[in-house]
Amino acid sequence: MITLSLTKPLMGSDGPFELKLELTIRPGDLLTLYGKSGSGKTTLLRMLAGLERPATGRIEVNGRVWFDSTARINLPPQKRRVGLVFQDYSLFPAMTVRENLRFAQTRRDNTKVDELLELTGLSELHNRYPSALSGGQQQRVALARAIVREPEILLLDEPLSALDGTTRTRLQDEILRIHAKLGLTTILVSHDKQEVFKLSDSVAVMEHGKIVRHGTALEVFLGLVTSNKFSFVSTILSIRQVDVIWLAVIGVGNELVEVVFSEKDMQELKVGDEVLVASKAFNPIVRKL
Amino acid sequence: MTIDFAPFALTLKLATITTAILYLIGLPSAWYLARTNTRLKPVLQAVLALPLVLPPSVLGFYFLLAFSRNGFLGGPWERLFGHQLAFSFDGLLIGSVIFSLPFMVHPLQAGFASVPRNLSEASYTLGKSQMETILRVILPSMKGSLLTGGVLAFAHTVGEFGVVLMIGGSISGETKVASIAIYDLVESLDYNSAHIYSAILFAFSFLILLTVYMVNKRLDLR
Repeated sequence: MITLSLTKPLMGSDGPFELKLELTIRPGDLLTLYGKSGSGKTTLLRMLAGLERPATGRIEVNGRVWFDSTARINLPPQKRRVGLVFQDYSLFPAMTVRENLRFAQTRRDNTKVDELLELTGLSELHNRYPSALSGGQQQRVALARAIVREPEILLLDEPLSALDGTTRTRLQDEILRIHAKLGLTTILVSHDKQEVFKLSDSVAVMEHGKIVRHGTALEVFLGLVTSNKFSFVSTILSIRQVDVIWLAVIGVGNELVEVVFSEKDMQELKVGDEVLVASKAFNPIVRKL
Repeated sequence: MTIDFAPFALTLKLATITTAILYLIGLPSAWYLARTNTRLKPVLQAVLALPLVLPPSVLGFYFLLAFSRNGFLGGPWERLFGHQLAFSFDGLLIGSVIFSLPFMVHPLQAGFASVPRNLSEASYTLGKSQMETILRVILPSMKGSLLTGGVLAFAHTVGEFGVVLMIGGSISGETKVASIAIYDLVESLDYNSAHIYSAILFAFSFLILLTVYMVNKRLDLR
């Protein structure tokens, strides 16, 4: 169990505000921090990692106190056992992929490195330098490096924001797989709703340093506890008029779906809008593959 | 005709030791300057850059005063080591270190500043101490700057003349470095030897710089 209760004054683009939040994360959960940039998401991750000091509060991870302002406890990052993946990956440029992973080990253990390379699909690239890797590959190395030390929390700071659509989807699957396989407790920062829906067990929405909503993605974004609908967060890609109706192409994940818009829809929807596409799930066609 | 290579040997010795000492002084100072937020930073930087703009004769003159028997450095030095600091190899060495300091510190400072802070932070979260981070992450990420600093300091020491003339004199095997030797030869109208000495220095300097640029290009590719 991870419990936090933290405050810290921050400087935003529209003046100073206070970060003030309380949060409990169950072991093995994947929690997403969702919110606009400048709402304090990254600061929260950095405080957890010990790279930034909260003004007051307490961080307790699996029974150990990492930070307590009243008891004057503040473990340095080295003693916190977090795996942090930076937005820009921050791979060590002078080390190969394998050396980057080995650097994270306290004891040299090549089999472990090989396993991780295998797990993240990097075996072929183990002798390359980071500059010779694509963005997606660099991201994988960063992820592998972050889990070498078997962290108690894996912190992912918008890890996929710089990648293209397909790579992004693939890596989302990979993060899910690794998260589940290693039983990690993970906190992910993201401002992509599709990603949030796909990955998270729970979502905390942050605004101006506070958590304004917290629950499952459905609860938080739709106000639903359970659902008898298929629903997908999607984007309207194009709209064209055919006689008296409009046909819209909507991108749902990697698929394109054409749906009919009425005149009423047209008044509030336009190309580029992020929409929720839902359909009753009373009689879906389910076939074994 | 025989050429006396002693001045070259002395020049190389002086430049090598100077460069080694400058790494020891330069790395911590550059690290401090790159990371500090103190209000004194402009002052520190100005002091450090002074040898770049001052005429060598000015520096040499003050060194001479400080290194002489009655100077604040020369006096204690003579009581401690039993010989005068001015007109000795030791004096030359101290002068060279100070004179070439900015050539070492500037590239290193730029190098430290060019390594993203995230890299150190990543290293800390992977359980590594600050020392280990500097040695294994930061310094290897700025190889180009390390090389540039060393070579500039070395080359600048090889090429220095004014300061040496003021505080070293021309004592064979002690303070008579190559640049001084050339000056002496020209004074005594031995243009032949002066030619040979100059050509050697010329080729040597060119080769050093060529190596740097070639190696740097390879380092940049990584």
